[in-house]
Parts: sequence; C-alpha cells; structure tokens
Amino acid sequence: MINAKINGIDIQVEPGTSILQAAHKAQVKIPTLCYHPDLPPTAACGICVVKVKNAPNMMRACTTPITEGMEITTQDAEIVQIRRSVLEMILSNHPNECLNCLRNGECELQSLAEDFGIFRTRLPKIITNVKSDASTKSIVLDPKKCIRCGRCTVVCQEKQNVWALSMKYRGLHSVVSPAGDIELADSPCVRCGQCSAHCPVGAIYEYNQTEEVWKALMDPEMHCIVQIAPAVRVTVGESFGFAPGQNLTGKLYAALRRMGFKKVFDTNFGADVTIMEEASEFVDRFCNSNGPIPLITTCCPAWVDFMEKFESDMIDHFSSCKSPQAIVGALTKSYYAEKMGVPAEKIFMVSIMPCTAKKFEIVRAKEMFASGHQDIDVSITTRELARMLMQAGIEFPQLPEEEADSPLGQYTGAGTIFGETGGVMEAALRTAGYLLTDENSEDLEFDDLHTLDGVKEMVVNVAGNDIKICVAHGLKNVEDVIDRVRAAKVAGEDPPWHFIEVMACPGGCVGGGGQFWGVTDDIRKERSKGLTQDDRNAEIRRSHENPDVQKLYKDFIGKPLSDKAHKLFHTHYVPRSQYKR
Amino acid sequence: MANTISIRRAIAKASTEPDVIAAVRKWKNKRGSLIMVLHEIQNARGYVPRDVSLYLAEELEVPLARIYEALTFYHYFKLEAPGKAVISVCTGTACYLKGSPALVDEFVKETGAEVGSSTPDKLFHLQCVRCVGCCGLAPVVNVNGKTYGKLTPADIKKIVHEWRERFAGEIAPEEAHPIADES
Repeated sequence: MINAKINGIDIQVEPGTSILQAAHKAQVKIPTLCYHPDLPPTAACGICVVKVKNAPNMMRACTTPITEGMEITTQDAEIVQIRRSVLEMILSNHPNECLNCLRNGECELQSLAEDFGIFRTRLPKIITNVKSDASTKSIVLDPKKCIRCGRCTVVCQEKQNVWALSMKYRGLHSVVSPAGDIELADSPCVRCGQCSAHCPVGAIYEYNQTEEVWKALMDPEMHCIVQIAPAVRVTVGESFGFAPGQNLTGKLYAALRRMGFKKVFDTNFGADVTIMEEASEFVDRFCNSNGPIPLITTCCPAWVDFMEKFESDMIDHFSSCKSPQAIVGALTKSYYAEKMGVPAEKIFMVSIMPCTAKKFEIVRAKEMFASGHQDIDVSITTRELARMLMQAGIEFPQLPEEEADSPLGQYTGAGTIFGETGGVMEAALRTAGYLLTDENSEDLEFDDLHTLDGVKEMVVNVAGNDIKICVAHGLKNVEDVIDRVRAAKVAGEDPPWHFIEVMACPGGCVGGGGQFWGVTDDIRKERSKGLTQDDRNAEIRRSHENPDVQKLYKDFIGKPLSDKAHKLFHTHYVPRSQYKR
Repeated sequence: MANTISIRRAIAKASTEPDVIAAVRKWKNKRGSLIMVLHEIQNARGYVPRDVSLYLAEELEVPLARIYEALTFYHYFKLEAPGKAVISVCTGTACYLKGSPALVDEFVKETGAEVGSSTPDKLFHLQCVRCVGCCGLAPVVNVNGKTYGKLTPADIKKIVHEWRERFAGEIAPEEAHPIADES
C-alpha cells in the first residue's frame, strides 16, 4: 500500500491508483470532463489539475499515479482560477447553441460551466465548421460541438474494435470522423451507439425520431401500437429521479396509453417467441447435426452488423431467428391485424429500445417486411422516450400500474432477462432443457452468467449431455471468442463451445447505446439486477410456458421452425463491405 | 453492392502496383512500420491515394481509421495529388514577422488555391511550411525547389506568372516534392 495525503487527509491506496481515483475514495471531488470511468484516461481536457507538493507544475489527477509520501492539494483559489481558464478555452471552441441542443440540461460541459460560473465570454469564438452527419439514421455526428475529449474514439476503437471513428488532424483542427472524407454510413460503423452514450456533450447523439412518433399519434387514421424492450423498464426511471434498476413496467404501460397508443405490447413476449425458435434451432443442430455448432445468438443488431462486416465466414453459425423486436413487429401486422380486423397498412408500430442499432435493424433485410409492410415503422431509444414523456406532461412517478395488452403483451421471466448479458443464454437453456428431455428442469438460475466479466464460460449438463456455453459482451471480447471458434475450425478440432450468446454493448442492453448518459459498471449492475429480479419474481419463468405464446403456436404458427415460423420469425445474413467508399 | 464491387476492384488494382508491393515487402513484418510504408508511397507518388490505403489496411492488418489518423496528423502526407508547382510559403518565426502572411494572401488571390490545396487544373499547390533554414532571406518562398527571398506582396504576381509560363511549355519540375511541412 502507498501512503499519501490529499488536502491534509491521510490516505492509503494500492500502487497504480491515480490521484483522481484516490480522491474519490477520500470523498474529495475533483472536476473532470474528458475522463470516463469506463475508459483509460486520456488527459485531454486539463480540468482535473491538482497541486503536488514539490512538483514544478500542476498535475492532471486522471493520469498521475500516487507515489509514496505525495502531498496533494485539490482545491485552492489558484487551482479554481486555472480550471476556469481551461473551461473558458474549451468554450471558446464550442458554439453557444445550448437552447437548440439535444443535450440541453444533460450536458457535462454545460454543468461545469454552471458550476464555475462562466457567465461571460472573454475569448474570441473559433468554431470548426464541419457539417453534421446523420447518414446512419441511427446516430448523428455533429463535430462542431465536439470538445475533442476522445471518449467516442476510444470506445469505438478499444472497447468495440470497430474503428469507425478516428481523430483526424491535430490541435485546433482535430476532428472526430470516419477514415477519410466519407460519411459514417459508408464506414464500418455498426451503429451500437456506445459513442453517443459516452459523449459528454451534444457532439454524438441518437437520430431523433420523436417527431415522427408524435405525428403518427396525431393522425386519427392511424392505429398506433407500441412495444417496449426488456431493458427499457429498468432504466427509463433514471430521468424521473428513480434509482437505476427500478422496474417501472406497469407505470410505463400506463404512460404509453396516456400518450395515445391504442395497444401496448411488450418486446418480452417476442423474446419468449425468440427462445421457442432459437432453442429449437439449437436442439436441432445439437442432436440432429442440422447445421454447424456452435450456434450464435442474433438478437443484437449491432452484433449482426459487425458479424456481416468483420466475421462473415461465421454466417452459418448464426441463428436465423429474428430479434424479439422484429418478431413483435411481424406479429402485430399479421396475427394481431387479422385477429382484430385492423388493416395492416393502418397500423403504425413503434418500438422503444435501449439501442440505436435497432433503428437500422427494422430495414436491414427484406424479412423485416414479413407482414407485407414495414413491420416496425419507427424505433426510438430510451432517451427519446423520456423526452416524449416530459413533453407529454406525464407525471410518470405518480402513475398507476397497468397491464400490457393481449395478445402480444404477456411475458415470462425468461423474456425479461433478454436485456442483460447472460439472460438470453439462461432463457434458452430453460427451454432447450425442456425440448431435449420433455421435462422441466428445476435448474433455472445461472447467476455466473450475469456478471460483467467480458467472457463467461460454463458447462451445463442437460439430460446427460454436456452443453458448453459461452456468453460475451462488448465487441472486443466477442471478437476474441469468435477467433477461438475459428482457430478450432481451422485446426479441425471440436468447437470450444456449443452455444454462444453475444451482445455488442458492455453489460448487454442495460448498457445499450440508447440508454441514459453517464453509465458506469455500477449502474449497469443495478439495471441488470432490476431485470434479474423481474424474472425471479415472475410466476412463469420458462418461455414455452407463456400461455399466449402457446396460443400463438396453436392458432397461427404451428410448430417452431415450421414454414410459417420461417416466414415471420427468421431472416438471413450476407457479407458486407466494411467501407463503401 | 455496386460500391462494394468497385472498392474491391480498386484494392485489387492497388495490390498489383510495383511501389506498393515493394513498400509492403520491405516493411510488412516489422512492428510499428506503418509510417515508413506511408512515407514510401508519399515519396513515390506525391500523395497517398485512398485505394492504396485501403489495400494497406488489409495487408498490414491496421485499421483504415488508424492509417488516416497518421496521414492527417503529419502535414507531410497528402491525400490528393498535388499541383505541378508546389508553392511553399515559410511561416516560421522570422518569415512570419517579416510579413509572410501577406504573401500567402497574395498567392491565394493570384493562383486561386486555398492553403493546403491545389487549383482545380492541378497547376498550383499552395502550402505553408515551417522554417526552411534561410532566415536571412525572410520572408522566403520556395516553388519546386527554387527559393525566392526578401519578398513583398508585389513580387508574387511575377512568380506565379513565371510558373504558369514554365508549365505552359511543359517544362518538368526540378524536384517533384521538395519540402516537407512540419512532419
């Protein structure tokens, strides 16, 4: 342990601890801007400067490790003055467009400017005039507002290994951009949105479609229907003062009805259907050798995009099953439309997702038009939903709890855990076990799959079969897993696993690119716990026991993997070029 | 899909070009040699074309984004073919104080090229460079290796005219890419 003093208080820390981390432990707050707990510090901004006794100049707390006997001062009049100057310089390259900015009120730069009382502009404004890029229709890159902290490029390159974003040029001219003079849609971008979830200001944000939803809700001809994703219920409360992880499913249903949606469905129902198909697919491959092993899950659209661009030799290993979002979309405009006698073209289907890539998923292949129409009209993120609730003047915290609508609203505990890493695998194992043995196993919970470790492996014994499973999240971790599968294949060895679950975002959908800003591992854990608890409290916890799912198969689909199931619930994949230009 | 095919073709073509093959062969298995490969391409061609970068990304297993970070960080590299006459205006301290910013303005006016870019007819390329090492002649301009010293804005028209004339008669430049900007 290393002994040091912060503001006269004795502290003891592990070697390698930065001044910033140590200060946090000593309950001393040092302001930061470029620093994010998820990412290695870059020392880009200079806000976190502190004084170290006998050091010739001030040090950046984020990158300076504590050494034995160090005496640190984090606050005095001179430090405040320096921090103010740093802020003023950053603001001199930042447009005064706060009122027209999507991050208004949620911006880390704005709140620092407020804390430091920057009420006037002393320095001349030098604004980089680079036009914004909405080409992906999932995320918008607006370099004019960029403060060059580098969070987005680090997360895109180091955490996701996508390398769509880079920091081009240098100094005042540096700009976040894809490689060369191209738009993001022509780059390898998989639209995971982690850049937008990590941006401290309004330089990268979700492609805002709230106005399209309001317009449909105002149209008396339109029969507006909504579905909410698993992970949205445990995060939407964060903008209304609820703690992360608080499960607000019932209030959310009530709020959506008050906004004007005629039916409120739940993506969790789709998750139960996904499990029926995916578990059947797995059993078919595992027992009947009907397709290559391992089977890899495909609920995550950023992962699908990544695989098509970077790992297209693995296409055969992909489950052809659509995501829960897409399944609820297809069923709404076929099964529900037929049942209720509503013409499909009059239905406007909105999905509320923790994800920016879901905006692309709804048009990614012709199978997304399985009902004969675009199955989902608009997909919005949790952040967009929160803004709509604010605009609607809905007193969300006071709302009563309501139920979802039949026939696509009832869900099991297996459906709800789709929103966290390990959840899809756990849900699939519950049903695969039943399909293999015709009996329900009492072994329902696999707690080790829910941790935030990047790669989790387990051997599960089902009816005398050892099933080797792997769960990976964060695309850098996923790539390591895929590399091992490929190496085994090349060497002619048995595959290292039989079944792999993949989610592109760290923590799974609870840490999705469309979720609230400022996520850390602590928050991911809380959100994840909220979903796990929703499952543990559920009366029905196996997808195949969902009565409405059983009715759907009996009345409409037939069996899993039947022709009709294939038409509505399955898709295909093609290799795609990383760069289009 | 059409884009995908054309990009594959461009990469395939780049992979057959002798300077690219030679540079890759020389540096491929040495760690941290991206800059050296890019130097060789820049020196051979006067710029680093995109199709070559796309090929290098695959062959050297370096993300294209990293290649462009290097290409744009160092002013030495150009992304487009420069004009035939490369005008380098020194904006080092001595030249700056002796009035080189006014020379730059005058070159922009006379050639129509913005700083860091070429004229549409690819005749002139205008760039600012740091100290060229003859501060006694400040302010200094260098065009394709020929140095002009102690200039005033009134001299610029003549220099531009001189090089227009030279290329009108198709006289080859003395040295294709003489001065590296702060690299």
